[in-house]
Amino acid sequence: MTVTTAVLKSEWTKVRSVRSTVWTLASAFAVTVGLSAALCAVMNANFDQLSSRDQATFDATSISFAGMFLGQLAIIVFGVLVVGSEYSTGMIRTSLAAVPQRGTFLFCKMGVATVLALVTAMATSFSSFFCGQALLGSHRTTIGAPEVLRAVFGAGLYMTMLAIFAMGVAAMLRSPILALGVLMPFFFLVSTILANVPGAKEVARYFPDQAGSRVTRVVPSTAPYGPWEGFGIMGLWVVAALVGGYLVIRNRDA
Amino acid sequence: MIELEHLTKRYGEKLAVDGLTFTVRPGVVTGFLGPNGSGKSTTMRMMLGLDKPSSGEVRIDGKRYIDLKEPLRYIGGLLEARGVHPGRSAHNHLLCLAQSNEISPSRVNEVLDIVGLTSVAHKRSKGFSLGMGQRLGIAGALLGDPQVLLFDEPVNGLDPEGIHWIRNLIRDLADQGRTVFVSSHLMSEMALTADHLIVIGQGRLLADTTMADFITHNAHSFVRIRTPQPERLIAVLSAEGIGWDRGDEGSFEVSDVPAEQLGELAARHRLVLHELSPQRASLEEAFMRMTATSVEYHAHTPSENNGTASAGAPGAPPGAEPGSGPGSSGWGAHRKRGEGR
Repeated sequence: MTVTTAVLKSEWTKVRSVRSTVWTLASAFAVTVGLSAALCAVMNANFDQLSSRDQATFDATSISFAGMFLGQLAIIVFGVLVVGSEYSTGMIRTSLAAVPQRGTFLFCKMGVATVLALVTAMATSFSSFFCGQALLGSHRTTIGAPEVLRAVFGAGLYMTMLAIFAMGVAAMLRSPILALGVLMPFFFLVSTILANVPGAKEVARYFPDQAGSRVTRVVPSTAPYGPWEGFGIMGLWVVAALVGGYLVIRNRDA
Repeated sequence: MIELEHLTKRYGEKLAVDGLTFTVRPGVVTGFLGPNGSGKSTTMRMMLGLDKPSSGEVRIDGKRYIDLKEPLRYIGGLLEARGVHPGRSAHNHLLCLAQSNEISPSRVNEVLDIVGLTSVAHKRSKGFSLGMGQRLGIAGALLGDPQVLLFDEPVNGLDPEGIHWIRNLIRDLADQGRTVFVSSHLMSEMALTADHLIVIGQGRLLADTTMADFITHNAHSFVRIRTPQPERLIAVLSAEGIGWDRGDEGSFEVSDVPAEQLGELAARHRLVLHELSPQRASLEEAFMRMTATSVEYHAHTPSENNGTASAGAPGAPPGAEPGSGPGSSGWGAHRKRGEGR
């Protein structure tokens, strides 16, 4: 127990003493809130030109998180760098010599980073929601409307889970370059493209981001799972990444 | 105290460390010598619990590394590759290490002072020179005031002032009764700092001896002869059954026969000599000879003496093999580079 407290303290010093922490988290916030606000303003101005079908399924809540598709990349970079920089800098050898209990080391590191990611993500999702609603004019919704609070809260949890997933992948691949090389194209391109290809769609909706982002929507989608089931699917991906990362750090030479 | 027992590390087919058994004792500087790629760094990483041995084990004061509570208080290591995040300041780097082992934060400033980095403590280590990086690594090793210290190639890339500083530090640590284990691929460096010597080649233990004994048994000596009458010299030496090697610039090198005897021999045959000088091969050469032998054994080549630095002339008899008992009469007993530390 005392070991864990000491390691948590140490990992907190580590994460707060590098600039990348501030940069990545601030970018995640600014990009998501800024882009979402811009998209809400555009949507408000052009709402009348939408087809009546689009108007009927318009989700005022999820449009206010629209910037997250880009902002999530910054939180992924945060997750990757927290774990991956240990490997790229050689710090991992110093760290493991100080804390040879590798599981304790890895999970304390991830725990500290997760708390930071959660705080940032919640601030991002609530700011994004309120900014977006302010710009949506007459099409806005309120935090008190059914399912809306769940979606706003869910958006924060979704971003946090992405950060944890990124940490797990970085621990598995032991290299930030490699981890970013896998995660960036996957979340920015592959997943989005496949989700819009008729045949691949059935598979793509079980990808972590597609399944997880269901919780950020109020208007039901065609997906065969509800908001929290979708989030649960994402949770399985995250657990898999954590188990993989743990097995790698436990078994590989530093 | 560090104890290694049949420590072995295998990478696929290749044995990087092959059944090493030795003990590193407190109060002396133990040098760990071997050519590049001989398994030194792998051994040291296993000592710090970073690499898992394929078999065998390491014990630090009788305990496995993983069982050390707050390991930085027992053992401090400086590894060859810099293990520091370049974006973090020296102070924060040491602080996070201190916190992980519940070492008082005030100790951070102490070790920064010891290694002379106080003025740059809050600068990111990105801008540090090689020497400053090395000092930061040493500060990390000293942080927990451990009784056991490992330094992997500590003088690599340092300027003379830095080298001098590290040598003195290492000596002081041993004089305080700590266990100090220092690796190097340079014999000359070891000769200046180490009291005890462990030599490995191809991952295997070649010698575990005091420095003085190593020098006694391995500092090869010979006599250099130069003459304007080389053909006659060859004839005389051959007639006496004395073996020789070709040295630099047409000189001859004779092992096993003292200079006095060679001088008298030349005088008897009225040979003109331009030089007759006893030479002591460097410890470096002795070390190369020893490790070259391990390479030969490994490659199963016949026991031709092609490992020495001076190319032997065809037909020249092999010099004494290192460690062979009878040959030791010809090996210098004086410590050539050991003074002045």
